[in-house]
Amino acid sequence: MPVTDAQKDLDAFTMTITAELDAPVERVWQLWADPRQLERWWGPPSHPATFTEHDLTPGGRAAYYMTAPDGERHRGWWRIKEVDPMSRLLIEDGFGEEGEQNDEMPGPGQMIVTFEESDGRTTMAIESHHTSREELEQMIEMGAEQGMVEALGQVDAILAE
Amino acid sequence: MVVDQLDKQRTDLLFKALGDATRRDILGRVGEAELSVSALARLYPVSFAAIQKHVALLERAGLVSKERRGREQIVSAETDALRRAHQALDQLESLWRGRVERIDEILAQPTTKEMNAPCP
Repeated sequence: MPVTDAQKDLDAFTMTITAELDAPVERVWQLWADPRQLERWWGPPSHPATFTEHDLTPGGRAAYYMTAPDGERHRGWWRIKEVDPMSRLLIEDGFGEEGEQNDEMPGPGQMIVTFEESDGRTTMAIESHHTSREELEQMIEMGAEQGMVEALGQVDAILAE
Repeated sequence: MVVDQLDKQRTDLLFKALGDATRRDILGRVGEAELSVSALARLYPVSFAAIQKHVALLERAGLVSKERRGREQIVSAETDALRRAHQALDQLESLWRGRVERIDEILAQPTTKEMNAPCP
């Protein structure tokens, strides 16, 4: 399993996940920097992502949509705040159209991604921040609609033991 | 819709956790004051392991939380707000685990350059 650690801070509405990947950092960075490669993992197979805009530079933005099995498109956006190639990314991300005022849409969250290579392997850590529990819940509901959140089937499996 | 499925599964977990008299009793007791697993085990005519299992089920349903303090495992009731925050963060973790798995699969595939390499 590539995931080596997952931490959750209930008070700060923050989740940090750390993965150790069997590839040099240049290769891992490409998975973020190349929209065609990013599309291969951002959305689950049931809801593939298509990036229509992708400018990974400070102040740049990205826009994407995920296509549901019924053909419906769910939009999302990134506002790129900080970029240190092959080392760090700070991205504000949200659902819907950027700047859209909609009570049903959760406020933007923030993710900090760090990359560190050692012996040809890369440790990638993602820190996902939200400002309130309500926002986090809304985000999860949107994510669930986009098929991003896996079912809680694992829990059932554990309970069945 | 997927949201409904998640809600349904969440509900199933809750019903499963609450569908047992011992577990309901445990929940009632820790709702009044936190208790260690060993203190709980002394209250019921079942094994320590059985109590641990009951507590684990309640924990999975987000009804209680368990915290290690020294040698003791302390069980306390989760407030509604905490429980929901917990569930939301669990799902966020699950989302990223899915992404990391897909990244791992992509990295395990040969790169385009290798794929274009002539056959020996």
